[in-house]
Amino acid sequence: MQQLLNPETLIGALLIIGVVAAFLYGRGLAISRAQLTTDGARAHSLPSYHGYFSAWIVALFASGMIAFWVTFSGAAPNFVFAILMFCALALSFSIINRLLTPTFRARNHVERFIGGALMICSGVAVLTTFGIVLSLVFESLQFFKHVPILDFLTGLHWSPQTALREDQIGQSGSFGAVPIFTGTFMITAVAIFIAGPIGLLIAVYLSEYANKRTRAIVKPMVEILAGVPTIVYGFFALLTVGPAIRNFAEGFGFSVPTQSAIAAGSVMGVMIIPFISSLSDDVINAVPQTLRDASFALGATQSETMTKVIFPAALPGIIGAFLLAISRAIGETMIVVMAAGRAANLTGNPFEAVTTVTVQIVALLTGDQEFDSAKTLSAFALGLVLFVFTLVLNVIALLIVRRYRERYE
Amino acid sequence: MKAASTNYISDLRLKPNMGEVIEMMASAPAAETTQAKFECRNVEVFYSGKRALHGINMDVPDSGVTALIGPSGCGKSTFLRVFNRMNDTIPNARVAGQILMDRQDIYGKDIDPVLLRARVGMVFQKPNPFPKSIYDNVAYGPRIHGLAPRKSDLDTIVEKSLMRAGLWDEVKDRLKEAGTSLSGGQQQRLVIARAIAVSPEVILMDEPASALDPIATAKLEELIDELKEKYCILIVTHSMAQAARVSQKTAFFHLGDLVEYDDTQTIFTNPKDQRTQDYITGRTG
Repeated sequence: MQQLLNPETLIGALLIIGVVAAFLYGRGLAISRAQLTTDGARAHSLPSYHGYFSAWIVALFASGMIAFWVTFSGAAPNFVFAILMFCALALSFSIINRLLTPTFRARNHVERFIGGALMICSGVAVLTTFGIVLSLVFESLQFFKHVPILDFLTGLHWSPQTALREDQIGQSGSFGAVPIFTGTFMITAVAIFIAGPIGLLIAVYLSEYANKRTRAIVKPMVEILAGVPTIVYGFFALLTVGPAIRNFAEGFGFSVPTQSAIAAGSVMGVMIIPFISSLSDDVINAVPQTLRDASFALGATQSETMTKVIFPAALPGIIGAFLLAISRAIGETMIVVMAAGRAANLTGNPFEAVTTVTVQIVALLTGDQEFDSAKTLSAFALGLVLFVFTLVLNVIALLIVRRYRERYE
Repeated sequence: MKAASTNYISDLRLKPNMGEVIEMMASAPAAETTQAKFECRNVEVFYSGKRALHGINMDVPDSGVTALIGPSGCGKSTFLRVFNRMNDTIPNARVAGQILMDRQDIYGKDIDPVLLRARVGMVFQKPNPFPKSIYDNVAYGPRIHGLAPRKSDLDTIVEKSLMRAGLWDEVKDRLKEAGTSLSGGQQQRLVIARAIAVSPEVILMDEPASALDPIATAKLEELIDELKEKYCILIVTHSMAQAARVSQKTAFFHLGDLVEYDDTQTIFTNPKDQRTQDYITGRTG
């Protein structure tokens, strides 16, 4: 009981009780006042709208009070504040009492409150994005004071260990990010090379060939692939796929490490299959049936219709699906951390261990770190590059998808 | 015939009543003068087991325009799609009965519906050009059927088809432009050119003018009038005036039954069935 009676609980209870009471009060007021009008004129809004309006007023008053207190007093809410809030609620009830006449347009005001609440919710998401971008940019600028941006973007050698003491040798710190970018692109390329054809063919099968029942079963099953936690894919890549590729290569007399771009990329490819298949299936389905009819009526077979009519018509949407899948693959971390290794090799051979932007960020920021060293700050620069790249891809994808939609609607 | 289609018991019979078939054929005097392109015997279509057409018996002459009229949902479009087996592409649709084209059963085992559709072209309600160039739209059919081994052959086919569809003069300078950039009426003539390009014997038209304005409609009707010299045309239409203008024979459908089938002039001036009369005078439908 002792703990239940703290000021926070009391204020929370006040808030909830106040809102509920305001609703009942407003509605009751509306009903009783409507009955008082003897000329038979109807109230502008239904009683429940008066109730909703009152509840909104009280909620706004109370949350405004809390926000004000937290911002300006700096102290945690205490019993003094609880009493203040009680007074404020009493005041808001008297305002409600004044406002709610039968001619009051509660319905329209409630609509405005709802619009405002929706706007605030979306505003939170937008502001968060801006906040993340700004923090990335500022930290990256810090980094670029240590390392020139051109060296970072064009340097061929990555070894982020900086000297902790003046006399330390061999720890000069070298921040050429090219090997990391090539590693990222190689793994992404392997993933798309696998997911692209398979995902697209799944989409074609589901949208054109499968009957309704098959589709209803197969589509959700494929989509489950996207719902498997990436850590599960990660150990699958490390413990099953990697050794399998190594053994296979050894059969031909090649020596291949367990951790390789191809192991990580192929498992990532499996993961992004549903992105391509589901989105492509949607755009193929969006191609008007009249085009299929036209092609069939000219004596085309189903596959001719697919390749010569449906596919070209759906191509922009399919490209959009690919771009979204690519940006998903570039940002993927867990699989590559586990299956691709951490060595920043500059190589074109997918059977070698490579590293990616995300893996390096993990490596740079895990463990004990000073947050103002060039090493940790470089993570922000990498993150910024990654963000810009996926952002550009997403924007292009959305533009393509939108243009395609306009054509058929 | 009226009795056959409304009588519940006679609808359950499996074999067509030959007496009625003969009576019906006798009531179609045009069939004596021209040969039948299609002979339909007790054609029924089911959607998911529900019967949409009730044993249609009808001969389509191999020249001229045959119009199918009737209120919405009467089965006339369903019936039209029987002739090029487009109902095959609808899941859960099933066709029963016999349809002979030049005395050959088009639902027979040895018939490839894909090849049948090259012989029986179709024009749809809404113009549906492919999102390709005007040239590629017309060349689509000849290409998939390998009708033009050389580029010059294909050029000839495209030009001839567009000419026959009355569109050549309007588009000859912009064959590379998108087919979808044309106006509605031009698009509809483009898809007719596309259908003609594979040299079909029959052209099915499913309310081809319903999305067109009166001027484009008049042009289309003019075109149909020219095309009937070369092709057997079946047209579904909601406009009785259009049926009267373009067709030589008219079939009136009602609730899945073929109510009356006769020379267009007879149908519109002297219908035998009360339902036909009610429909063409605007009292029902």
